[in-house]
Amino acid sequence: MSDIEERVKKIVVEHLGVEETKIQSDSKFIDDLGADSLDTVELVMAFEEEFGCEIPDDAAEKIVTLKDAVTYLSANSN
Amino acid sequence: MRRVVVTGLGTINPLGNNVKSSWNSLINSKSGISKITNFEVDNYPCKIAGSIDNAKINDEIVSLRDQRKVDRFITLGLIAADEAIKDSGFVSENEKSFRSGVMVGSGIGGLDTIYRNSSILDNQGLRKISPFFIPSSLINLLSGHISIKYNLKGPNSSPVTACATGTHAIGDSFTIIKNNKADVMVCGGAEAAICPLGISGFSAARALCDTFNDQPEKGSRPWDKDRSGFVMGEGAGVLVLEELEHAKKRNANIYGEIKGYGMSGDAFHITKPSEDGNGGYRAMEMALQESRLNSDQIEYVNAHGTSTPVGDMIELFAVEKLLGNKNLCMSSNKSAIGHLLGAAGAVEAIFSFKSIETKTLPPTLNLDKPDTKSSINLIPHTSISKSVNNIISNSFGFGGTNASLVFGI
Repeated sequence: MSDIEERVKKIVVEHLGVEETKIQSDSKFIDDLGADSLDTVELVMAFEEEFGCEIPDDAAEKIVTLKDAVTYLSANSN
Repeated sequence: MRRVVVTGLGTINPLGNNVKSSWNSLINSKSGISKITNFEVDNYPCKIAGSIDNAKINDEIVSLRDQRKVDRFITLGLIAADEAIKDSGFVSENEKSFRSGVMVGSGIGGLDTIYRNSSILDNQGLRKISPFFIPSSLINLLSGHISIKYNLKGPNSSPVTACATGTHAIGDSFTIIKNNKADVMVCGGAEAAICPLGISGFSAARALCDTFNDQPEKGSRPWDKDRSGFVMGEGAGVLVLEELEHAKKRNANIYGEIKGYGMSGDAFHITKPSEDGNGGYRAMEMALQESRLNSDQIEYVNAHGTSTPVGDMIELFAVEKLLGNKNLCMSSNKSAIGHLLGAAGAVEAIFSFKSIETKTLPPTLNLDKPDTKSSINLIPHTSISKSVNNIISNSFGFGGTNASLVFGI
């Protein structure tokens, strides 16, 4: 597991209160991990904080799984 | 005519995190007032309050993750609601859910959440504002959360009448059931304003006690000559109100009945009560009329009694004028728990029903030198054993809003 994936997973565990073992790379935050739409806004804010970047709204809307987040942050984080 | 009874009680307050423990502490003359420790109070004129220890907040009822997404007043309200609903044994399901509502208010709501997000906006910018900021601080979101958690799809609202909120919530719920718009109402109030903005705001209004910082438990002293203002408390009180036949049909435990509800406005001043006590008098009179009781049938008054120099005497005067003073008892729970603002009337209603149930009237603590020659028994220092059938409970709020309820068996 990459460093970025590990950090993203840690944030998801903290914010959604799910067990780490239940998170697969294609788990959807809303459909599979019990998040609601406000949770996903907060998740994106936490990614921005952790990775020191700004995620525009149109990009944020496309981040629906752990894999989406890792892919985006690998390409865009500082 | 539809009659309304109480079938569930729940509270978390400075004396305990449930009805049983807080009632036992209350009648054993324990004080819930202590030095404020959740923020630095060195520069504050008032350094004392009735705070709830975080360790007493049961995270099996509201998980730590969920607590992070709501203001503290919502957490406290959810804890009290859980106890009350479980105590009532009522399960809201199918069509019943449409006839079961929620009316839990707050005087101020998410004040500390608003304060924190305001600082974030100023210091870190708008992208750092939490998406949960608005839903965590809006007052009616407590009623919303309770409805979602317990499937209550009937009337849903939240009164906001400062320190009269809890009493208005119960009275308005009583009226809703009486008028056949619901069979069950989960009602009450919650407050969590012991925060920098809350204490500084009430201090600026010269409303808080500032003379007993070294002896916190002596700060709240209704009707005593040395009183200097109220001591703020936090917490929540929730009651389950139910139409009498509905409660009987499911063999519910009935604590007592809501017999009357009165309301009035002073039309006088934004923070001071009307000097002749006429507003409080008319609220009590209206409640008494609806109850169809005579004034001499009221045996105990659970007073608003905040420990402010002006308010205590005005209430005493209004009570004497309406009810006389023969064999009448009156005490203030605020002497032990402080003033829970929007939750006060609800917690005091719960203690009123415990007074009826246990035949015990709670004391007014710190009433060392009564500032009155009234012959009403203000129950100084220690509780008394007395069987009472009918009680009036009063709440008065900033803005000149007054509410009174008649409880009985």
